Amino acid sequence: MAASRMSQWGNDLYTGRRSYAIVGHRRRWYTVSAALLLVSVTLLLVRGLTPSIDFSGGAEFTLSGVSDTAQQPAVDAVAAIAPDSVPRVSVVGTSSLQVRTGTLDDAQVRATAEALAAAYGIPVADVSSSFIGPNWGADVTSKALRGLVVFLVLVTIIMAVYFRAWRMAVAALVALLHDLVITVGLYAGVGWEVSPATVIGFLTILGYSIYDTVVVFDKVRENTAKVLEQKRYTNAELSNLAVNQTLVRSINTSVVALLPVSGILFIGAFLLGAGTLRDIALALFIGMIVGTFSSIYIATPVAVTLRAREPAIKAHTAMVLAARTADTGSAGIPVEHVRVGANVPGVHLGAAAQPKRRKPPRPTGRKP
Amino acid sequence: MRTLVTLAVLVTALLGTLLIGTRFSDASLTPKLALDLEGGTQVILRPVAQDGEQVTAEAIAQAIDIIRQRVDASGVAEAEITSQGGSSGGTNIVVSLPGEPDQATLDLVRESAQMLFRPVLTYNTPGVTEPTTAIADLADPADASDLAWLTQDVLDTFAALDCTDPANLTGGSSASGAQDAPISACDQQGAFKYVLGPVEILGNDIDSASSGLRVGPTGALTNEWVTNITFTSAGTSAFRDVTTRLLALESPRNQFAMVLDGLVISAPAVNNVISDGRAEISGTFTRESAALLAQQLNFGALPLTFEVQSEQQISATLGSEQLQKGLLAGLVGLILVALYSLVQYRALGFVTIASLVVAGVITYGLITLLSWTQGYRLSLPGVAGIIVAIGITADSFIVYFERVRDELRDGRSLPAAVEEGWRRARRTILASDAVNFLAAIVLYFLAVGGVRGFAFTLGLTTLVDLVVVMLFTHPLLIVLARTRFFGEGHRLSGLDPEALGARSRYVGRGKVVPAGSRAFPGPGGPPDETSGDDGAPLVSDDADPRRLTIAERRAAQQRASQATVDRKDV
Repeated sequence: MAASRMSQWGNDLYTGRRSYAIVGHRRRWYTVSAALLLVSVTLLLVRGLTPSIDFSGGAEFTLSGVSDTAQQPAVDAVAAIAPDSVPRVSVVGTSSLQVRTGTLDDAQVRATAEALAAAYGIPVADVSSSFIGPNWGADVTSKALRGLVVFLVLVTIIMAVYFRAWRMAVAALVALLHDLVITVGLYAGVGWEVSPATVIGFLTILGYSIYDTVVVFDKVRENTAKVLEQKRYTNAELSNLAVNQTLVRSINTSVVALLPVSGILFIGAFLLGAGTLRDIALALFIGMIVGTFSSIYIATPVAVTLRAREPAIKAHTAMVLAARTADTGSAGIPVEHVRVGANVPGVHLGAAAQPKRRKPPRPTGRKP
Repeated sequence: MRTLVTLAVLVTALLGTLLIGTRFSDASLTPKLALDLEGGTQVILRPVAQDGEQVTAEAIAQAIDIIRQRVDASGVAEAEITSQGGSSGGTNIVVSLPGEPDQATLDLVRESAQMLFRPVLTYNTPGVTEPTTAIADLADPADASDLAWLTQDVLDTFAALDCTDPANLTGGSSASGAQDAPISACDQQGAFKYVLGPVEILGNDIDSASSGLRVGPTGALTNEWVTNITFTSAGTSAFRDVTTRLLALESPRNQFAMVLDGLVISAPAVNNVISDGRAEISGTFTRESAALLAQQLNFGALPLTFEVQSEQQISATLGSEQLQKGLLAGLVGLILVALYSLVQYRALGFVTIASLVVAGVITYGLITLLSWTQGYRLSLPGVAGIIVAIGITADSFIVYFERVRDELRDGRSLPAAVEEGWRRARRTILASDAVNFLAAIVLYFLAVGGVRGFAFTLGLTTLVDLVVVMLFTHPLLIVLARTRFFGEGHRLSGLDPEALGARSRYVGRGKVVPAGSRAFPGPGGPPDETSGDDGAPLVSDDADPRRLTIAERRAAQQRASQATVDRKDV
């Protein structure tokens, strides 16, 4: 039964019987994410983003005296001339159509006008063309960016206060930027045009990424709140336990969030073709996967790396490791087999957890 | 239980308001849709400069800004405003408004905008303030800065003016007021409100404005951004008179306000008499804000009036097919979510589904209510935002259930695990929702256009998430924890302590209690069927034997063979 195996897996992750050294192997994940970032930036630079009419403006055709106001012939006519452009078709009044396309050169404008006239069976003279400016002007972008900066500053302050560690806030921001760059880069790789819906998708990803990171960090905070008051585990080990303990939650949440989005993406991409729905669903689909990845593999490891520089944490880690190496001599437990888990009643913590004799070992050469 | 009733009352009130609204007012049971889904009215405006001069691209950009400010502040969400260059020459502004905008909105769009300079008489915080009494006997005002302009009428209007209400930030000719009378005006950002004296300088009196780094007394450039204004000859003498008079006055009467389209864009204080018609405005400018002020002043120098070229109905840019298919996709996704949570959480999955349904009903109700009262309109990105919210809302339940499971694994009984799990999950849910809500608030107040609509949807769904998890999911789980099916951890309940690997727990005085059962059954609680007849420690035989001492294991085996109640048969 899948569910019972899943819950057994969850149990083992909780108690630490099974544990993935996500923080321990953080260099590996940093490499993976650096590679992803590199690919994204390359895609962004090489392929670039294709702005939609809303950002770049373009050409507008007005068809008057149309008897059939179906929108599809216009879409097909434009696609034949400028396949990259996603036209917006709307009915104006009762018998005219308005078709907006991306930027076209003069020859394309003439060809499109002829194609549109042919598609609707009207004389070419009834198709008038003009240029339109962007409706998502520079001021909309600048105001959105200003809002974003204010939000990021505020959220950093709030997280620093809430987690009582500014380094965790910084780690959350690193994860956020990581998600954003990869999402935008992969979107550029797919090559669909960037519409306002895409931008809104990217903004949603910001919110989702921060949200996901906060949930994982809250468990990290809970596990490491008293890290300095115990001598058994290091900060890194307790943080790793937190990631493992929230792993089931992370998987369940991302599956639940991705199901509707992939539904929209599937229908949008394969049944509807280009459009708002497809753009936003793709942005969300990539962003959610990357967001879940970063909340598990990037956020906490970065927080651990950063916090390892705190003097108190540094001293504590050194002390725990030294004590453990000293124990290894007497108890014979290899250091890498230390089991980090929730303290569950009745679990045997190994001989190392038993009270030890304070007397020095007997001198050798004497049988008891 | 009481909270569940509260929620039921709230939801009923919400839906009741809507129903009453439909019957007695113009509300409808479906939310209004934005331009991309429903279509609307497209107004094409041709800007005409008053002196027949050439209209610059900057002036068009500024005019678009002013129209956007008017439209956004009047509560019409998701309007599209673009420039359109016709082949016949000249540039038009195309404003597309969703639905059928009323006459007031259309008038607001096509009014001309004016730049006026007025002296500041007094100012206050933006909200509604305590009314003050005017000076008893008022002489006729001697000049524009005379406090005798503050009649009781003016002061009452000023006290009642609420600049925190976006509806008062629309600007327009009604806000500009008569030129020879004092007005109460809002700051463009809604940060202050002012009483301003009669108009002293018109926008046409400005020759031009520019921004740049300030030139210091030695002629070297400083690090400070400033806006420079040059006045025409008429403006120079008027401005010399104004600065001479204002310089002698106390603050705030030494300030003059630059009013664009009825809103104060800047209110600098006069530092010296400016007789050459070259004024410099300094302050906490950045490069952008100095440039913006210069752009606004230049617009004022060449006021535009808008001629309506055409006003037509346009259809939705997205076919109705898109919306239907999109909703179908969302529905399929939801069914998959329901199936997944049933597989993962068994009967607990029904709690998730019920909570999502409640969240859906509340969100739908609120959106419909807000589109009736606030003019909110649902666009396709908005629909997508709501579909994403399914994930964030469901996450609250997942965090909560996982915490409860963790507590069960620690060996707590279900009611105790629900209590403790909730205490911890609540912190996480509040923290993460607070972050989302913050994002929504900041973006709502600082952004414009489509981003604003997105911020609104995000804030709304975050609040609904909190309400549902606090007032529905948690109380429901408390009630369910008392039932036999969940409380005893039925195999299909999703809270089976055995499947969760719960350990039996040492409760002191030599007693070990099997996982999931109550340590000390309360007087009203069900009898603890798993404790032995003699009250001696009883350990269920399914527990991991390695954790028992040999003596305990033998005792348990002996007792198990005698026991009449077998846990597995219960």
